[in-house]
Amino acid sequence: MISVQNVHKSFGDLEVLKGVSLDVEKGEVVSVIGGSGSGKSTLLYCINAIETINSGKILVDGVDVHAKETNKDKLRQKLGMVFQQWNSFPHMTVLENAALAPRIVKKMSRDEAMEIAKKELEHVGLGDKLDVYPTKMSGGQQQRLAIARALAMKPDYMLLDEVTSALDPELVGEVLDTLRLLAEEGMTMICVTHEMGFARDVSDRVAYFHQGVIAEIGEARQVITDPQNPLTQKFLSKVR
Amino acid sequence: MDYEFHWNIVFQNMPELLNGAFVTLHVSVLAMFLGVVIAILLAIAKMNNSKPFCYVATVWVEVARNTPALFQIYMAYFGLGAFGIHLSPYVAVLSALVFINAGYLTETFRGGFQSIPATQYSASKSLGMTSIQAYRYIILPQMLRRIYHPMTNQFVWSILMSSLGILVGMSELSGTTQRLQSLSFRTLEFFIVAAVMYFVITKLVLFTSSLLARRLFKGEI
Repeated sequence: MISVQNVHKSFGDLEVLKGVSLDVEKGEVVSVIGGSGSGKSTLLYCINAIETINSGKILVDGVDVHAKETNKDKLRQKLGMVFQQWNSFPHMTVLENAALAPRIVKKMSRDEAMEIAKKELEHVGLGDKLDVYPTKMSGGQQQRLAIARALAMKPDYMLLDEVTSALDPELVGEVLDTLRLLAEEGMTMICVTHEMGFARDVSDRVAYFHQGVIAEIGEARQVITDPQNPLTQKFLSKVR
Repeated sequence: MDYEFHWNIVFQNMPELLNGAFVTLHVSVLAMFLGVVIAILLAIAKMNNSKPFCYVATVWVEVARNTPALFQIYMAYFGLGAFGIHLSPYVAVLSALVFINAGYLTETFRGGFQSIPATQYSASKSLGMTSIQAYRYIILPQMLRRIYHPMTNQFVWSILMSSLGILVGMSELSGTTQRLQSLSFRTLEFFIVAAVMYFVITKLVLFTSSLLARRLFKGEI
C-alpha cells in the first residue's frame, strides 16, 4: 500500500503540494487529473523519492520513503516509473534497455535478465523489435518500451507521469491499451493523466488536483461524469 | 636550388628514429589515458556543488588552457627540479601533457555531460540504479560517443605537442631527430622523415580510433 500523509513540498518560494493525503491499496488504479502546475506530477516524484518533501510522510508498504535510513535505490525497485518523455536509453537496443536493470540492479545472470526482458517486451507488443535501437521507433513504441523496462523489474506499483501527453494523437491508443492490460492484470497504478476517458474507464478512483491540494476524490465514473466540487466541474467542462 | 639530398644516412639510422617514434606514441597514449581519467573526475568536480573540488578543478582548467605548453614542461622539469624533485625528461613531459590534456578535456567532458538530458539520470534512478551505475551504464557511454571526435583531436594535439620534449632532452621522435641531424648535418632529410613519421602516427591513431568507434558505438544517438 502507498500512503501519502499530509505532504507539503515547495520549490523555493513556490509551494507545490499543500498538504496532500492519498492512500492507494494493492491492486487499485488511481488516476490523478488536474491542470498543469497543480502538483500532480510532483507527487509522483515525491513518492519515488526523486524529489524530497518538506513535511508530512509517504509510506510504501510501511517503509518511510523519505527517512534518512531508507535505502532509496532499493525502494525504487518496487516502484516502476514511466515518464512523459519516455527516456529510452538511445545507446542500447530495445532488449538491452529492458534487460539492463534486472541484470545490474537485481544481479541476475545475463540469460535470466534477457529472458524476463523479452517476456515483458512481448507483453507490451514489442516482441518483434528486440534488436532495434529505440530512436528508430515511434514515440508510442518507445513509451511501451519504457513500460516494459519498468515491468522487467517486477515492481509492485507503477507510477505513470502523463505517459501519453508527448505522443502524437494516433499513438495514444496503443499506450493506453497497454495500460488497460496492466490494470486488468491487477497492477497497482497511480496515473497522472489528461485522458479523461481512460481515467473514467480504467481507474477505480480519480483524484482531482487543484493548486496543490486534492479538491475531489472518489469513484472514477462518479468524479468524471458527476463531479461534486464546483472546481472539478469547471475543470472538466474545459477539458471536454 | 642546388641542395643535394642524402637519404642513406637517414636509412642507416632508421632503427633509432623508429625507437624515437615509439617513445612519442608511448608518451602520448599514456598522457591521453591519464588525461581522460583525470578530466572525467575534474568535470564531475566542476559540476559538483562542493566548493573545494570545484575550486581545484577550475584552477586546473584555467592554468592548463591559458599558459603555453612549453612553460608547463619547463615547470615540470626545471621548476620542480628547483625544489629538489628531479623528474626524468620522460616523466616531466608526460606530466605536463597529462596536465594539459586533463585541462582541455575537462571542458569537453563537462559540455558532454550537460548535453545528456537530466531525465536520463532520473530514468536510471527510477529503475533502482545507484548513482554510480547510472553514470557507468547510461550517462558516460552516451557522453563518450558525443565527445569522441573532439577527444580524438586532443589526442592528435598531444602527439604533436610531445615534440616539445626536445627542449628538455627527451629522446622521443623530435629529440632523436635533432641529435641525429646534428651528428650528420643532414638536417633537411632527417626532419622530412620525422615529419612523415608524425604524419603516419597521427593518421594511424585517427584510423584506429574510427575503427574503435564503429565497434563501440553501434547505437544511434
